[in-house]
Amino acid sequence: MSEGFTPNLIGFFCQWCSYLGADLAGTNRLCYPANIKIIRIPCTGRIDPQFILRAFLNGADGVLVSGCHPGDCHYTAGNYFARRRMQVFKDLLNFMGFDQERLIMTWISASESKKLVKVVEQFNETITRMGPQKQLVLPTR
Amino acid sequence: MPRTGVFVCHCGSNIAGKVDVETVAAKALNFDRVVFSTTYKYMCSQPGQEVIKKAVRDNNLDRIVVAACTPNLHGKTFQRCIKTVGLSPYLSEMASIREHCSWVHTDPDEATGKAIELVRLATAKVRKNVALLPLNIPVTRRALVIGGGIAGIQSALDIAAAGFEAVIVEKEPSVGGRMAQLDKTFPTLDCSACILAPRMVEVATNEKVIIHSYSKIEKITGSVGSFEVQIKKKARYVDLGKCTGCGTCTEKCPVKVDSEFNLRLSTRKAISTPFPQAVPNVPVIDPHHCRYLTLGKCGVCQKVCQAGAVNYEDKDEIIIEKVGAIIAATGYDLFDPKKYGEYGGGRYRDVITGLQFERLINASGPTGGEITRLSDGKTPKTIVFIQCVGSRDEQKGKPYCSKICCMYTAKQTILAKEHIPDVQCYVFYIDIRAGGKNYEEFVKRAQTDYGAVYIRGRVSKLYEQEGQIMVKGMDTLLGEEVEIPADLVVLATAIVPRREARTLAQKIGLSYDQHAFYNEAHPKMAPVENLTLGIYLAGACQAPKDIPDSVAMASAAAAKICGLFSRDFLSIDPIVASVAETCCVGCNTCVAICPFKAISMEIRKDRTGQERQVATVNTSLCQGCGTCLPNCRSRCISLNNWTTDQLYAEVMTI
Repeated sequence: MSEGFTPNLIGFFCQWCSYLGADLAGTNRLCYPANIKIIRIPCTGRIDPQFILRAFLNGADGVLVSGCHPGDCHYTAGNYFARRRMQVFKDLLNFMGFDQERLIMTWISASESKKLVKVVEQFNETITRMGPQKQLVLPTR
Repeated sequence: MPRTGVFVCHCGSNIAGKVDVETVAAKALNFDRVVFSTTYKYMCSQPGQEVIKKAVRDNNLDRIVVAACTPNLHGKTFQRCIKTVGLSPYLSEMASIREHCSWVHTDPDEATGKAIELVRLATAKVRKNVALLPLNIPVTRRALVIGGGIAGIQSALDIAAAGFEAVIVEKEPSVGGRMAQLDKTFPTLDCSACILAPRMVEVATNEKVIIHSYSKIEKITGSVGSFEVQIKKKARYVDLGKCTGCGTCTEKCPVKVDSEFNLRLSTRKAISTPFPQAVPNVPVIDPHHCRYLTLGKCGVCQKVCQAGAVNYEDKDEIIIEKVGAIIAATGYDLFDPKKYGEYGGGRYRDVITGLQFERLINASGPTGGEITRLSDGKTPKTIVFIQCVGSRDEQKGKPYCSKICCMYTAKQTILAKEHIPDVQCYVFYIDIRAGGKNYEEFVKRAQTDYGAVYIRGRVSKLYEQEGQIMVKGMDTLLGEEVEIPADLVVLATAIVPRREARTLAQKIGLSYDQHAFYNEAHPKMAPVENLTLGIYLAGACQAPKDIPDSVAMASAAAAKICGLFSRDFLSIDPIVASVAETCCVGCNTCVAICPFKAISMEIRKDRTGQERQVATVNTSLCQGCGTCLPNCRSRCISLNNWTTDQLYAEVMTI
């Protein structure tokens, strides 16, 4: 673990559940690490693994993908597609020798603000312990 | 070249108390294509919106970013705002520096830093936004109401009053719902059936209302304006058109089964109506208990039916209804007190639930309105009511207040006293919650005029002793233990969503909370809407609610729907996918994965005259999830407002 390292975390949050969960965390004045930026997406099914790859290339230390619980997708099946894509993509990252713990996918519903806080805190802890992501980040950055 | 303006909101002290808004505005000027930035106390207020309009005009802005609350709250506000100065509403973005920043981070420097980053993200995205044209979609002016309780009935009647058709789907053989099970209603002590029955008749005779009783929702497809609903009408074995409701079949039927309507306090026949005022007043044969249907013998009901309405060959039927909007009014179930081992876990016959007590005191109930003990049929002289059984108990996973129990318990103590003049009622409570018109006065009346003794504290244990139920608890106001020998114990069990609430929500695509109560679009400003357009909520499916609240909510939902139906076309955000046909390779992948079957293949001729197939999106079916985009091999599908360009722009700011 590197001293004083604050990871750069990116969240891709589904607009129907996890993004609202983050809104609720605000309304409830919960508290979580400030080093995560949440990008609103229409559905986890919209996430192209290239976005995640690009995030890592640009210096993200960890990427958190969060969508609706299985069965609860607003679009009935987007989260299932996302789950499979993430699994394949993680396998690929693993094959490349990349620490696949830097990419996680969770299910957080619109009412699970407490879960969101827990997930972000844990993820932040894990990535802080792992240190800066140096495997994919572009040298110019 | 885009000219972006950034507007940072103080939100009073909600944002400015943590985030240095001036720094955010100053830093924003360094971001790509940002030519203007300012701050204001309340951006969403009228003067705040004037600030935006003026800035757009004076600085020739063509894009705006408002750094304020979540886009779910005021996204539309600012879209409308810039529309008035001639900008496309889709050229605005919000940076959520309140919910996602000032409210959740403690350190002001960190919060300010993050706010700047969030603004950078939004300015990057808005740069790539394009002016879209809203989609005009036709509206089917009929509404589906799921649930025929008082909420469902009220909304159907209101929709019908406005001249539109309403289709009620009720899973029980009769409409009426929970209210039909109640005896009297608080705080006026109106007879529940007396105020409900006229509504039931009204809804049954209203030519604009179609009732599908004993039916279930199988599947719902489509979206706002044009839903297609598959309804499974369960085999009733009695012809709705022929039956006259004379009741002879029920009388002659030899099979007795526990009555669900009377909460197993009495029996019903295998062919029966749930209660005398049932609408439609046509019995149903229970296929699991009917002798003819299970053993092939008997057939008495068919023989005695003079109308020839009994048909053993009846089959489940699937019907399709097309509607433009949906109201979920599915109501509630009760928490199962068996989960409380300390209250006997269902072993003691003289420990009943509040709803069972309603059936006991009901004149048309199993005892004809006599309050008797289930064990020996004797009249109880001491009744103990226990509040918050399940509710407000985090260990049982129900931290919420069920809202109606304080009131109905007060009512039950009054009714008990009226039925049995020498009865003594005790109520164990945690807090009395009597918020509502004349509610507090009603509880006071139960205490002063009817002598109900209220004991503040939880009951730790119930046990049987010499034919009585010993109630052991703590009086926390006196600080001493109390033990009351009771003849009857009534548990005010928590209100929980219907057992099927989750499956139904998944079929419709509406969101729900951890308890499976349905989510409103906004807790304050949109309490009857769901986030899914065209779906509205009424009654206790959203949260525990009493009758007036349910009725009010039902009327509100109906008003929303009438607003929707007042136009021929509905203007909605054009968040749909489109295919760049020139680079589509016709691989069919998107066709296979689209959850809405909105993509199909069409034949196009290329410049050499050769035919090839390309994908096309049916915009009236596309819901805009974007699942097809990552799968497209030639990356030729785009999704309005969530284009790859826009999302990349955001990712590139990291």
